[in-house]
Amino acid sequence: MSIRAEHEIHTRRRGRNLGIGLMLGGFVILVMALTYVKITTIDFNDLKGGAIQTQESN
Amino acid sequence: MSDVTTTPSGEYEAQLGDYFALLKPRVMQLVVFTALVGMLAAPVSVHPVVAFASILFVAVGAGASGALNMWWDADIDAIMRRTASRPIPSGRVQPSEALAIGVALSGLSVMMLGLAANLLAAGMLLFTILFYAVFYSMWLKRVTPQNIVIGGAAGAFPPVIGWIIATGSFSVEAWLMFALIFMWTPPHFWALALFMRNDYDDAKVPMLTVTHGRPSTRRHILAYTVLLVVLAIGTGFTSIGGPIYLTAAVILNALFLLGAYRIWRRDEVDSEADNFLVERKFFKLSLWYLFLHFGAILAEATLRPYGFGGWS
Repeated sequence: MSIRAEHEIHTRRRGRNLGIGLMLGGFVILVMALTYVKITTIDFNDLKGGAIQTQESN
Repeated sequence: MSDVTTTPSGEYEAQLGDYFALLKPRVMQLVVFTALVGMLAAPVSVHPVVAFASILFVAVGAGASGALNMWWDADIDAIMRRTASRPIPSGRVQPSEALAIGVALSGLSVMMLGLAANLLAAGMLLFTILFYAVFYSMWLKRVTPQNIVIGGAAGAFPPVIGWIIATGSFSVEAWLMFALIFMWTPPHFWALALFMRNDYDDAKVPMLTVTHGRPSTRRHILAYTVLLVVLAIGTGFTSIGGPIYLTAAVILNALFLLGAYRIWRRDEVDSEADNFLVERKFFKLSLWYLFLHFGAILAEATLRPYGFGGWS
């Protein structure tokens, strides 16, 4: 039996792999969106510690 | 030619839909809806992206606990007609896969909710998953007829989690929403147990119908419904209630009480004569009952900024 680059089983699994791929892609986009929202809506003046204040005072 | 979902050796190969079915999508719908109402009824607004992500992770957590429940209960699911076609007893998904998916999604959902919302919400989600998967599924369900009563708390936590996502703290209103689902769960499941009569017997699950008999179950349905009616109408006078909620609650509770009364008045001969018509109608009404109560809470919260919702 010849070895084919794409076995029949790969074709069968395409739908499942595509679905998982889309979910992972969606998860990455969601984490990016969350990160963007968090860093743009946090009031840095509320943060305790000197990191932000130090930068502002420089 | 082989089926597209079987391997060359003839074994069934699980598809994405089979794994999705492990997450109990119908339960997830209820979780998403009640958590969303809990979040929107809270007096603190949440950024839409944070809200979407948080509710999504609550849903994933609920799905994870569903997968763990199916992994643990595969033996009794195979016996009961209602659950025999679930992914594990039907052979579409291996038990080890369900366990792995349940554990992985539990960890992911709790961690991500902690990052998206706050640690208290994440802690409550973890507690809910453990409550349902360990306390209810692995212990209560098989040892006591109070399984549904105590286990019902697991399904009642989502609006509390939703509230915590918004406020970062607990409150009386959140626990009122919890109590509404908690008190609703026993009559809902006992009605189901009445007309799915052989399932729980065959699986040796100590449902009230099996341990205390069916007339006792009918009395319990009425008693819990009376308590639920008081709670549901009383909620109408709190800060999450209002004229819309109260109107809906009075109508729904009158219908629900009537249904419970009819169930109590019947015996097995009556029920078998019409194939448990009253019990089936009561079960169906119970689904609308919960949906419309939370819909009314949502309506009050949505209209409040425009001066219509609530009592003020």
